[in-house]
Amino acid sequence: MTEPISLELTRKDFVSDQTVRWCPGCGDYAILAQLQKVLPELGIPKEKIVFISGIGCSSRFPYYMNTFGIHSIHGRAPTLASGLAAANPDLNIWVITGDGDGLSIGGNHLIHAIRRNVNLNILLFNNRIYGLTKGQYSPTSRKGKKTKSSPMGSIEQPLNPLTLALSAEATFVARAMDTDTVHLGEVLKAAAAHEGTSFVEIYQNCVIFNPNEWTGIDDRRTRSDHVIYLEHGQPLIFGKNNDKGVRLNGFKPEVVDLGGEFTEKDLIVHDETSQELAYILAHMEHPTYPPPMGIIRSVRKPTYTEELMGQVRMAQERNGMGDLKSLYHSSDIWTV
Amino acid sequence: MSDPTAHFEELESVVIRFAGDSGDGMQLTGTQFTTTSAVFGNDISTLPDYPAEIRAPAGTLAGVSGFQVNLSQHDILTPGDAPFVLVAMNPAALKASLPDLEIGGIIIVNTDAFTPTNLKKADYESNPLEDGSLKSYEVHEVPLTSLTREALKGLETLSTKEKDRCQNFFALGMTFWIFDRSLDTSESWIENKFAKKPEIAQANKIALETGFFFGETTEVFRRRFHIRPASLPAGTYRNVTGNEAMALGLVTAAQKMDKPLFYGSYPITPASDILHALAPLRNFDVRTFQAEDEIAAMGSVIGAAFGGALAVTGTSGPGLALKSEAMNLAIMLELPMVIVNVQRGGPSTGLPTKTEQADLLQALYGRNGESPIPVLAPKGPSDCFDIAYEACRLAVRAMTPVLVLSEGYLANSSEPWLIPDPNDIEPIVVKHPEGRSEDDAPFFPYLRDEETLGRPWAIPGTPGLEHRIGGLAKAPITGNVSQDPRHHEQMIKLRAEKVARLANAVPEQDVFGPAEGDLLVITWGGTFGAVRTAVTRARKNHNYDVAHAHLRFLNPFPRNMEKILRSYKRILVPELNNGQLAFVLRGTYGLDNIISYPKLHARPFKIGEVYQKLEELFNN
Repeated sequence: MTEPISLELTRKDFVSDQTVRWCPGCGDYAILAQLQKVLPELGIPKEKIVFISGIGCSSRFPYYMNTFGIHSIHGRAPTLASGLAAANPDLNIWVITGDGDGLSIGGNHLIHAIRRNVNLNILLFNNRIYGLTKGQYSPTSRKGKKTKSSPMGSIEQPLNPLTLALSAEATFVARAMDTDTVHLGEVLKAAAAHEGTSFVEIYQNCVIFNPNEWTGIDDRRTRSDHVIYLEHGQPLIFGKNNDKGVRLNGFKPEVVDLGGEFTEKDLIVHDETSQELAYILAHMEHPTYPPPMGIIRSVRKPTYTEELMGQVRMAQERNGMGDLKSLYHSSDIWTV
Repeated sequence: MSDPTAHFEELESVVIRFAGDSGDGMQLTGTQFTTTSAVFGNDISTLPDYPAEIRAPAGTLAGVSGFQVNLSQHDILTPGDAPFVLVAMNPAALKASLPDLEIGGIIIVNTDAFTPTNLKKADYESNPLEDGSLKSYEVHEVPLTSLTREALKGLETLSTKEKDRCQNFFALGMTFWIFDRSLDTSESWIENKFAKKPEIAQANKIALETGFFFGETTEVFRRRFHIRPASLPAGTYRNVTGNEAMALGLVTAAQKMDKPLFYGSYPITPASDILHALAPLRNFDVRTFQAEDEIAAMGSVIGAAFGGALAVTGTSGPGLALKSEAMNLAIMLELPMVIVNVQRGGPSTGLPTKTEQADLLQALYGRNGESPIPVLAPKGPSDCFDIAYEACRLAVRAMTPVLVLSEGYLANSSEPWLIPDPNDIEPIVVKHPEGRSEDDAPFFPYLRDEETLGRPWAIPGTPGLEHRIGGLAKAPITGNVSQDPRHHEQMIKLRAEKVARLANAVPEQDVFGPAEGDLLVITWGGTFGAVRTAVTRARKNHNYDVAHAHLRFLNPFPRNMEKILRSYKRILVPELNNGQLAFVLRGTYGLDNIISYPKLHARPFKIGEVYQKLEELFNN
C-alpha cells in the first residue's frame, strides 16, 4: 500500500475529468462549486468520501466529483448509501437527490434512512419541477402549478421536505439556497460535521422549466428582507436593516416590526435541539413568512452504524469471535 | 418397562404425519420426533405443511398444520409419498390428511376434539369415527385432551388453557412409545426451552411421559415398530433445513473470504428464516439489515458490495420481481453479491407457504435489456450449504451478482447434514487492488482480468482508486459514460462472456445411469429426491434404459451439457412449473426430443408420480 495522499487538498483535487453537462445557468453549478470548495476544508482523506445519487439532473453530480461514487437508479440512492455505511462505517457518504428522486419515487427510502440515523449527508436539490424528463410537476410543486402534465394547474398538495424529515426524526435538518453560496458552504460544512443523517434542502433553480420558482427569495440584493437566517441561541431577526422579527402568538409564528410595540425580547430564540420549534420553523413558508435558512434542528443521537458495530463488538465480547466449528455443532448432533 | 419386544415389527422406513390446528404445536411435535429419530441414527427427511394464515379459524380445514417425517434405515431423499402413521388432533386434520394416507395405515385421533361443532367445521356430515368410513385403516381413539388434563391436575398454578397446550407432547410421547424411542432428547429440549418457566417445563414433561406410559399400560397400540439406524457415511451429523443450511453456507463463505457478511433483506415467506438464522450471528461480524422494502434490500446489498463486504439478500418470487431493476444496476456495476430466491407458488402473492419452481424464467430473463446472471439451485436441504458457498465464490470470481433459486420445499424441509470440518473448506481468495499515488498509472475500473473477465473490486477508502460507476451505458476499460454503439455492443458481449466463462469454474455435469441410451431425465432444484428415487426404482424393477442428470448450475450450464443431451433418444423434464427448463433447453440447444412433465399443484413431486410417468413412457 502506498501512503495515504496528503490531506492538503484543494478544490482541484475534487474536480473529475468529466465535462459538466447541466444547462447553462443551472443552480447545480453553484452547489457543485461549493462542495468542491468545502470538501478540502473538512480534513477527510479524499478516498474516504463517496457520492451516491439516484436519477435526475442533480444525480449526475457524482460524475463530476473526483471521489468514489455511484450514479444509481431512480430514488434508491439512500438504500445503497445505507448498505455502504454498514459495510464500511468509516466513510464520509453524500447522497445527492432531488425533489422527484428523493420525495416521489424514493420517498420511502428517504424517510427510512433518516429514521435509522445512518451517517449520511443527504442533499435534496429542490427545484419543484421534473427537469430531466422535461418539465412535469413534482411532489414539491405548488398547487395550481401549470406544467406539461398539469396544463390546468396541479391539483396536488405539495410535500414539505423539512417537515417530512422532521417527522422521520431527523437529527440534522437544514436549508440553504444555490444563490447564497457563502451560506450554502457553511451549511454543507455543518452537515458534514454532524454524526448521523444530515438532511439539507437546497432551493435550486431550474432555469429551463421553472425559472421563476424562487423569485422574491433568491435575489442577492433583496433576499435578506424575505428569508430569515437562523443561528442557535439567537432571536429570529431578519430584514436588510435587522428591523423585523418572528414572535410566537399562541402557537402561531407572527412577523413583527421591531422598534415599536415589539423588541428583540419578544422574539423566538432559535434552539436547534427543539423538535417543537423545528416544526414551527419548517412550516414558515414564503410569502406569508420569511422561509428559514440554516440549521433548523441538530441533535446528537447514536448513528445506525454505531449501534450496529456496537452489537458486533458486544457479541464478540460475550460469545467470542465466531467459530464455524462450534456454529455447525450448535444443534442436536449425532455420530455415525 | 415390560418387555414388549416380541410385538415389534421391523420396518425399513416409515412416514409419519402429525396434523392439527395451526396453534396445536404440530411443527414442534414433528421436529421433536425428527430430532430424536436422527439422534437415534435413522436417515430422515421432513416436510412441514402449514397454512399462510398464522391462526386460521380453529378447527377448520384452512387452519390445518401438518408436519411429515420419513425415517429410514436406508439413504432416503424425500419426505415420503404417503404417511403410514397419522396423528390427527381434530376432525379437520383427519380430513385434510386422509387422502394421502397409506391404505391400512395407522390413525391416532384425539376423540375429545370430535365434537359436533368441530365435525361441522371440518365439513363432516357424519362422524368418521362412527360411520365406518375409516374401516380400511387401523384407528386408535384416544381422548388426548382429557388424558392430558387428568395427568396435569396436580399442577394447580396452570390454567386449563395452559394444560391443553401440552397435549402435543402427550401425542409425541405416545408416538415415541409406538416406535420405541427414548424421551431423553425431548426432555432436555423442554428443560432448555422452558428454563425460566419451570412449571411449564414440568407440565410438558409430565404430558410427554404420560403419553409414553399410556401406550405401555393400556396396550391400546397392538403394533409397535423398529426402524434400525441407517448406515450413513461415518461422521458427525445434525439436522438442517434448507434455510438453516443456506445461512450456514453464507457465514462460512464470508469467513473463508475474511469479510463481514452483510445480509440486507425484507421479511417474506418462505425466505425470512435465513434472516432469522443470520441475525444472532453478530459475533461472526454478520451485519443483518432489515430493509424497508425489497428494493431497499437490493440497494443496500449493492452499496455493501461496493464497500467491500460479502453482500447477500434473500427473498421470494414477488420480492425478486421488485428487485429486478436494482439487480440490473448490480449487473452494470459488476459488483459481487448473492441473491437468494426461495421460490413459492405464484404468480402474484400466489401460495406463500407452498413450493414451486416457477421463477426460473424470471431469474434468467426477467429484467430489461441484455442481463445475464449466473443461476444456481440446491438439490436438497443440506445442499443449500454448498450452493451458498459456491454462489459466493463465483460472485467474487467473476465480479457479478449471482442468483440462487431455492424453494419453499427445500427451505423448510430438513435432512441430516454430515457436518464438515471448517478447516477442510477452501478459502475464497479475494484480491482488491492496492492504493496508488499520483505517479502510478491511472486506475481503470473496467480493466478486466484476462481469464475471468472480472473487473477490479476497488474499495472506497483505498487512496488513488477514486472512480465513479453507474447504471448508464459505459465505455470498456475506463467505465466512463458512453453512448457509442460499438461500446454498447462490446460491453453486452463482455458481460455475457464473463458469465459464460464461469462454466470453466464449475464441475462437469454428472449422470446417474447409462452415459447414452433411450431416456434421460433432467431435473433441477428440489425435485431431485423424488426423481432420483423413482429412476432408481424403475431401473431396478423394470431394467429401464433411463438415466438421470440433476442440474445445480442453470446459468451457465455445465460445459459438457450439450454432449449429454445429445446422447439420449428422449429427454424428460419433470418440474414444478409449466415447462420452463424444458423451454430453455429447447431454445438453447435446438432440441426437438424434449418431453415436458409439469406439475402445477404447488406441492413437491411424489416418487410414485414420477415412477408412473416412467412406466407410461416405456410402455407406450
